[in-house]
Amino acid sequence: MSSFSPTQIFEEGTTEEKGENARLSAFVGAIAVGDLVKSTLGPKGMDKILQSASTGDIMVTNDGATILKSIALDNAAAKVLVNISKVQDDEVGDGTTSVAVLAAELLREAEKLVDKKIHPQTIIEGYRIASQAALKALEASAVDHSKNPEAFRNDLLAIARTTLSSKILAQDRTHFAELAVDAILRLKGSSDLSHIQIIKKTGGKLSESYLDEGFILDKKIGVNQPKRLEKAKILVANTSMDTDKVKIFGARLKVTSTGKLAELEKAEREKMKAKVEKIKAHGINCFINRQLIYNWPEQLFTDAGIMSIEHADFDGIERLALVTGGEIASTFDNPEQVKLGHCDLIEEVLIGEDTLIKFSGVAAGMACTIVLRGATEQLLDEAERSLHDALAVLSQTVIEPRTTLGGGCAESLMAKAVEHAATRIEGKKQTAAAAFAIALRQLPTILADNAGLDSGDLVARLRKAHYDGMTTYGLDLMTPGGGITDMREMGVIESYKLKKAVVSSASEAAELLLRVDDIIRAAPRRRERH
Amino acid sequence: MAMNLDLSNASVIKDEQGRPFIIVRDQGKKKRQYGNEAVKSHILAARTVANIVKTSLGPRGLDKILISPDGDITVTNDGATILQQMEITNHVAKLLVELSKSQDDEIGDGTTGVVVLAGALLEQAAELIDKGIHPIRIADGYDQACDIAVAELDNISDVIEFSKEDTSNLVKVAKTSLGSKIVSKAHDQFANIAVDAVLSVADLERKDVDFELIKMDGKVGGALEDTLLVKGVLIDKDFSHPQMPSEVRDAKIAILTCAFEPPKPKTKHKLEITSVEEFKKLQTYEREKFIEMIKQIKDTGANLAICQWGFDDEANHLLLQNGLPAVRWVGGPEIELIAIATNGRIVPRFEDLKAEKLGTAGIVREMTFGTTREKMLVIEECANTRAVTIFVRGSNKMIIDEAKRSLHDALCVVRNLVKDNRVVYGGGSAEIACSLAVEDAAVKTPGLEQYAMRAFAEALDTIPMTLAENSGLNPIATLAEVKSQQVKDPKGRGRLGVDCMSKGSNNMKEAFVIDPLIGKKQQLMLATQLCRMVLKVNNVIVSGTGEDDF
Repeated sequence: MSSFSPTQIFEEGTTEEKGENARLSAFVGAIAVGDLVKSTLGPKGMDKILQSASTGDIMVTNDGATILKSIALDNAAAKVLVNISKVQDDEVGDGTTSVAVLAAELLREAEKLVDKKIHPQTIIEGYRIASQAALKALEASAVDHSKNPEAFRNDLLAIARTTLSSKILAQDRTHFAELAVDAILRLKGSSDLSHIQIIKKTGGKLSESYLDEGFILDKKIGVNQPKRLEKAKILVANTSMDTDKVKIFGARLKVTSTGKLAELEKAEREKMKAKVEKIKAHGINCFINRQLIYNWPEQLFTDAGIMSIEHADFDGIERLALVTGGEIASTFDNPEQVKLGHCDLIEEVLIGEDTLIKFSGVAAGMACTIVLRGATEQLLDEAERSLHDALAVLSQTVIEPRTTLGGGCAESLMAKAVEHAATRIEGKKQTAAAAFAIALRQLPTILADNAGLDSGDLVARLRKAHYDGMTTYGLDLMTPGGGITDMREMGVIESYKLKKAVVSSASEAAELLLRVDDIIRAAPRRRERH
Repeated sequence: MAMNLDLSNASVIKDEQGRPFIIVRDQGKKKRQYGNEAVKSHILAARTVANIVKTSLGPRGLDKILISPDGDITVTNDGATILQQMEITNHVAKLLVELSKSQDDEIGDGTTGVVVLAGALLEQAAELIDKGIHPIRIADGYDQACDIAVAELDNISDVIEFSKEDTSNLVKVAKTSLGSKIVSKAHDQFANIAVDAVLSVADLERKDVDFELIKMDGKVGGALEDTLLVKGVLIDKDFSHPQMPSEVRDAKIAILTCAFEPPKPKTKHKLEITSVEEFKKLQTYEREKFIEMIKQIKDTGANLAICQWGFDDEANHLLLQNGLPAVRWVGGPEIELIAIATNGRIVPRFEDLKAEKLGTAGIVREMTFGTTREKMLVIEECANTRAVTIFVRGSNKMIIDEAKRSLHDALCVVRNLVKDNRVVYGGGSAEIACSLAVEDAAVKTPGLEQYAMRAFAEALDTIPMTLAENSGLNPIATLAEVKSQQVKDPKGRGRLGVDCMSKGSNNMKEAFVIDPLIGKKQQLMLATQLCRMVLKVNNVIVSGTGEDDF
């Protein structure tokens, strides 16, 4: 008679955690997630191996968002952290570990305050004041070099190097930073990263990766067609080249004799042929289609001496249209209205063991291709993720060109500002604001810990340096023994947008979780038995 | 509860030794409760529900995490949302869920308060039942008390003035509603957004607000502070062809609900191709149809087509070639909103397209977000300025959902004020005033109802007490203090409440903590009605489902 026991108002299997327990479970979950990814932070952070339980596939990664996305979590608070990390990835592309770690540290500090019997709402008020102070300090310290192209390029290079230094590409970070910056500057302010194609080919060394000015398409040229084409006039199309169906609703064929069937089949072929003729009328010598090209039209193209490339996927088509300056065509009745793409040379190139098609001397140089080489699949995957992070950060920096300093410098700066602000707050909120500063200072501490250095000493020295007015100082993790030094001289620069997003998302998430005093977990949905 | 078996289907059988035993058909499945025991168990269930949402009340109330059967997470402070997502199975508890839902539908705010009040009323009723008062008499007493309380609300209510130009009072009310939510981080901003949104769609002459014209959209990224009010329409779509221009100025919009396809009759039909001529004819027909459709749009002078359905590659390319940007797969409600915003007409057939049916907008542009390729279309500077969209940003999905719910509440409160600008003061001050009025009336009432009315007054006190408790104050001391002040100072009647934010003053009029009068009235009436309903039930028979039913 379970449904009659009066306090049981939920379905069986529902659990409820209240008050302190709920808060504890939220804190513990978030802190666990923070600790999980903490060790990947910074240039000396370590990677994680993720093995899929179902397929046994292995992934080696250092990217916070990737790690968190891949693990199945049951704790509600942990899920919130995973979500902010994912959003950070979508918005800025990097700093995914930092945001989770900072949120976890904020909650760790909050837990101590709750133990001291401070009302969660009071802590939230303190955190709000603190995060505003931190963001103000961050904005004040941000530098904008976008007026000077030379300096801006150096900034971008430095940002790319900083981002890459914590990844697998750290060894060749100067090389990859150049690659990434060149690629981004070609986009001319657009943030559409799909225009940068990354092709991964196993074999060779990471340092053999290169940026191709032209465009490389991982496809094959049709059989018996020229493998090299100069002064190509390209028609980029999205049309069906198998059978062109009649699109009128409900139409179907009905024939009474085999003779008629043959006639109709002929008519179909004629139709396709007419289409090919129309395409030919554009005066092109290269035809690239998103969809399949059947043997018959392909043969027709070969006869006409036109190179045809089938099955270029949607992104490929869009990029091609961008680089060659042509439009994606689907009807071919008015050749004079269709803009054709141009490039100086189309040829097959060999990368590793695969042949790919390379378009060089393209009209509009927006899109480009980065070819990654490396020893193993896992290495390449991680290299791609790292490069993607760098590209994403750079593309956002082009839009918001202000920069701040890395190496724990920005965090120390913010912590100082928060401490300063805290002393002017009346009431219990003050303790909470001060706790925010402690959480911020945890980031350089973790950086130093991960590098195997004496974090207590270093962070204390850093703090002193900042109070002495050396506001550009941060942790130097590269020299043996560590030290503190001027980050601007070291070139450890980070995007302002990234840092801002880290602080504001982490404090929002912390606030969200702090406000919770009750967790009700519905009974898991029963699987239907079949 | 072995004694409560439903014996209606029982039969008596004797075993081999001749000893009788009773078999109740489907004994395990039938359950029955009756009398005071049933009423008491119901009250207990209702109190359990009220206790769950109790801690969410007030500006310092806390949130709940709800995990759905599929593992999705909702973090919320909104009473109605909490109750709806709790997956309650108890029948009486479900009534409370309905209660908060009807408050939500009717008023939009105060969903937590109504449940807490109902829980308190039932709790008081339980004590009266113990004293031997019949449940119906209690319900009657509650009804009388409710009438007095509602009259008192009218008595203490104030009128607040606002106009399109001077919205400061409305903003303050919106702030009261948003105070208890997570968006209080950007308090002023959200309050202003809510007021601006309501006022731009409100018809002040008719005192009517059409919520259909306010759309809320959210996208993760940025912070809550980045939330903005778009005076126009925002749709989660992009232009159909990647090479179409991403911005159209002085747009003349053709709004279509027909597909870019050759027309087809509605009745079921079959078209059979039997000869080559027919085949060829169909091909030309098809081609001409596409060209004709484009021409029809072109002829009206439109420079943007918005279509509810898709169109295939050929039509897409033709549109591009003719310099006609187009958007496809726009949902029904959005199409309607666009039509209203741009003063256009929805055109169901290409033949009906005419220049005067086109909508106009100053600018239509694509917005891109972050590093993924997500795009949204903004239609701004519309012909009709009344349609607005609130675009919520936030660092994660849960915060955006909660911000949307909070904004909805605030919108409702502002709308209620536009409809009826009488207000009462919050912070429990109105409840205390009502409680005093009911107490006064109780002593003058002969009969058993007197007890019920006194209980009603006690229950009303629960609201300020809960507010005080959630704010970390001593509930009993605070209530006693405020209550005595209200009695002593006739000017403070209905003005003095619980100082939740430790501002140092408990005058709610000065602090401008206000609630719409109709919202408060509704709370009292709904809660009283629910009590009557629960108290009247004295017999429950559940022909329950057996364990092996699924």
